[in-house]
Amino acid sequence: MEEFTKYTASELKKKIAQDSLTASDIASSVVTRYDKVEEKVKGFAHFDKLSLLERAKELDKEPCTGDLSKVPVVLKDNICVKDELTTCSSNILAGFKPPYDATVVTKLKESGALLLGKSNMDEFAFGSSCETSCYYPTNNPYDIERVPGGSSGGSAALVAADETVLALGSDTGGSIRQPASLCGVVGMKPTYGRVSRYGLIAFGSSLDQIGPITKNVSDCAGLLNVISGHDPMDSTSADIPVPDYMGSLVGNVKGLRIGIPKEYDTESLFLDKVVPVNETGVKIKEAIKLLKDLGAEVVDISLPHTKYAVSVYYIVGCSEASSNLARFDGVEYGHRAKHQDALIDMYKKTREEAFGSEAKRRIILGTYTLSSGYYDAYYLKAQKVRNLIKQDFDDAFSRCDIILTPTSPETAWLKGLKIKDPLLMYLSDIFTIPANLAGIPAVSLPCGYDSKGLPIGLQFMAKHFDEEVLLRAAYTYEQNATWQRKKPEL
Amino acid sequence: MSIKKDTIRYVADLARIGLSEQEEELFAEQLNHILAYVDQLNKLDTKGIEPMSHAVSMSNVLRDDILKDGLSNSDALNNAPEKEDGSFKVPKIIE
Amino acid sequence: MSHYLTTIGLEIHLQFSTKTKAFCGCKNSFGGKPNTFVCPVCLGFPGSLPVLNSQYLRYAIKVALALSSNISDRMKFDRKNYFYPDLPKNYQISQYDMPLSLGGCVDIVCNDNLKRIGITRVHMEEDAGKLIHSKSRPSSYVDFNRTGTPLLEIVSEPDISSPEEAYQYLTVIKSILKYLDVSDCNMEEGSLRCDANISIRPKGQKELGTKVELKNMNSFKGVRDALIYEEKRQARALLAGESIIQQTRLWNEQKQASESMRTKEQAHDYRYFPDPDLLLFTIDTALVDEIRLTLPEMPKKKKERFIKDCGLSEYDASILVSDRSMSNFFESCMELYSEPKVIVNWLTGDIQKHLNADNLEFCDAKITPQHLAEMLKLIDNNTISGKIAKEVLSDMIRTGNSADDIIKEKGLIQISDEGAICELANQVVNENPKVADDYLSGKTNALGFLVGQLMKKSKGKANPQLANFAIKKRLEQKRV
Repeated sequence: MEEFTKYTASELKKKIAQDSLTASDIASSVVTRYDKVEEKVKGFAHFDKLSLLERAKELDKEPCTGDLSKVPVVLKDNICVKDELTTCSSNILAGFKPPYDATVVTKLKESGALLLGKSNMDEFAFGSSCETSCYYPTNNPYDIERVPGGSSGGSAALVAADETVLALGSDTGGSIRQPASLCGVVGMKPTYGRVSRYGLIAFGSSLDQIGPITKNVSDCAGLLNVISGHDPMDSTSADIPVPDYMGSLVGNVKGLRIGIPKEYDTESLFLDKVVPVNETGVKIKEAIKLLKDLGAEVVDISLPHTKYAVSVYYIVGCSEASSNLARFDGVEYGHRAKHQDALIDMYKKTREEAFGSEAKRRIILGTYTLSSGYYDAYYLKAQKVRNLIKQDFDDAFSRCDIILTPTSPETAWLKGLKIKDPLLMYLSDIFTIPANLAGIPAVSLPCGYDSKGLPIGLQFMAKHFDEEVLLRAAYTYEQNATWQRKKPEL
Repeated sequence: MSIKKDTIRYVADLARIGLSEQEEELFAEQLNHILAYVDQLNKLDTKGIEPMSHAVSMSNVLRDDILKDGLSNSDALNNAPEKEDGSFKVPKIIE
Repeated sequence: MSHYLTTIGLEIHLQFSTKTKAFCGCKNSFGGKPNTFVCPVCLGFPGSLPVLNSQYLRYAIKVALALSSNISDRMKFDRKNYFYPDLPKNYQISQYDMPLSLGGCVDIVCNDNLKRIGITRVHMEEDAGKLIHSKSRPSSYVDFNRTGTPLLEIVSEPDISSPEEAYQYLTVIKSILKYLDVSDCNMEEGSLRCDANISIRPKGQKELGTKVELKNMNSFKGVRDALIYEEKRQARALLAGESIIQQTRLWNEQKQASESMRTKEQAHDYRYFPDPDLLLFTIDTALVDEIRLTLPEMPKKKKERFIKDCGLSEYDASILVSDRSMSNFFESCMELYSEPKVIVNWLTGDIQKHLNADNLEFCDAKITPQHLAEMLKLIDNNTISGKIAKEVLSDMIRTGNSADDIIKEKGLIQISDEGAICELANQVVNENPKVADDYLSGKTNALGFLVGQLMKKSKGKANPQLANFAIKKRLEQKRV
């Protein structure tokens, strides 16, 4: 049977029309692919073959003419799907089935998409390697001894492994872009407020955004069209019209001013934890040259407060997370510790037993930074520096249209390598974090492989609500890059 | 600023998370490491800078005072670890 | 107590009567089967987000204006973090350092003295759920119907100097709130709650004493009683040389005493920080002005008008304005009958008594201002006596029928026919010779008995003045 999941969404839609494929046909092909490679990839957190086939049958009953009709989509396990397991890859939400759909899920269902199941993630999105999941780590399809990145590691790996056509992830500090980079796929974090957060289980409320993870830029634009838009259920959702992002797929960067921040270079960011960026640096330079040859103008810019970004992120993110995760206490849903006589005991035991180590660490850090006597020195201070970081971008965008950087300082590392050193892990997000702090949109796309055959990603950032220029630049690069795309050998 | 084990214990209590002694020690060490790193923020002069709590400048989001369908009692309690007579059941709070 | 000065501050929590809750579209209602007015937002389900109710904001501004509080140009919401089963998110959305409004005042009258009580701040916050403790088992049950109900917290300055002043403050606040029609203001149902802080200090000492927090009072009287008790308790302690421990004490209505709370929930670190799910709110002057125009005439102004235009006493005017539906009734009646003092007497006397007995408000009463005006005119033109009128009134309140209908139905028209009354007087004097003689021999109060007998014979319908005159006349005839 043909594996329909190897196609991009645009290709599959054509095939569906040409060959009158049914959702059941596609679902069967998904199952075939799953049976073949999932044991190696381990990208799913929840996948139920029978429900999938049932869902496909139901989908076939309806005359669906939606934009994504019958196209397979995978959702990160922190996005609520009504009556389906949604656990953030955490034991504390064991068995949890939300009684409602996230807004993006409602939109996907309306577009006729075939929802496959939930992808694995770092527990509560706390991580950059998909190793803190309560279930199992997900493997990088290009080398299953290596991490896929995180926290949307499952979504990125499933797209790269052709187990799905499209995926949604969430990005708080790089959690869509970094795994997309490590797995050789496209991942975008939209402008804060572009996509509704209603139904996304919160980590850092002022940072989180749901975004597409896809095989190419065109699919990214298509999926962005479906999930974007104002939501009255989300006070932070922007009431700004959604352009047709497919219209940005124009292969022209003439006169586009590309800012290269001098701080995003190498060693200065890492102190003694330097990991040489040689191979990544080389590929980024090649990409810059290609764009220049196509008529773009390269501008040197400065983002002087970059080196504080990781610190600001961990203080703000963990503070918000400590409050957002307080609701996981065994009262209304999820895990509850057994045989507790008193309430406080129940709270403590429940949260001790069911939160993983990274979750506990971040909650304790966040509680500390908000506590009396420390609020000014940490949280308040971090929010002020955050403003400085945003101002850096405002200044930069007066001199350029987009900013280009590597997505990740390095390619996929071996599982277990960084997990024992939290700070080392946090520094992997150095290039992606600033976009979340400033709320600006950013996209990662593949720009080559290193000598081990591991994918390298390049990142574009643009100013608020300028996803169109991001897509145009990304599309142009993708259409003109000469290096060969290689699917992982599974 | 160095965090000691009893600070970790106090903070863990505030956060209602039980920790073993080893965890208390490990977290104290790890948190000290992280806090030493984030301490770089204090070298920055932020006099006159407003704190930023939102990435984009929107304001005054409101909704009308109109009734919306909620959840049925059974949907609300569907995930409850313990329930009785339509209510969530919890261990008694010792006063 | 004369050695000490008392300082009291009150925190009032008011539940608004909006249709829906503060941050979601669930029904905002008292009662209902547990967990039936709930949704993912007020249940604090993962992924849910709050959106502010515009009517809640309007009501809040209305109250702040009525309290002469200064509305902030910008306000935000903060998370108050603590763990409790009735708090689904384990944080409450409240306001910390940028509340709705700051400052303000209300004027109270206590022991004939006018006093101004300052208000520190007014802020918005969501209510928690209800926890019911099982008596037989080691369990508690949580009902989230009330979670997310829109509240307003009104914090007074520590300007209150006695339990009686506290009572008056609460009464004034309640009357203002009832005028605004934004809340049921019912302490028994919980739509109005009050916590108190009280300290005492020796006369002459400038520094305030240690304050004690009092909770769990269920009525205004309860607040006053709790404060009286606490004043005495603290005075006794100080006289005995003990120091006052800062603590929270719960008022026990049955025992009429306050008890120390033994939990360690004393000192909280709430870790307030701005709620990232809610944005800044800028309250522009146009909105505030628009809402100011919708404010009804406030009690203070209305009282002044009643005294000036209707010639009512301070006392009568105060009573009238303390109840908005009573003053509305009064004003409607005044359009038809121009004796304000007479109307007030009936309103505050008989009618209020009847309404209290049935636990009704003026707006719920079956009697209308038109009916009362009619009845008063019937008394004036001697159709009925004042005494009969009381009986008629009782029926009017009970049935909603007009005085005219009731009088006709029961045949209560006053007998004013001189002939008929003289005939009755004749009968009474003849039937009571001894009493008649008593009167004639100087016992003038025997007259009352005889007049009473005549009234009885006429089933109360005789015109009392005529009856009196007729009996006297007949007795004089006997003398002769």
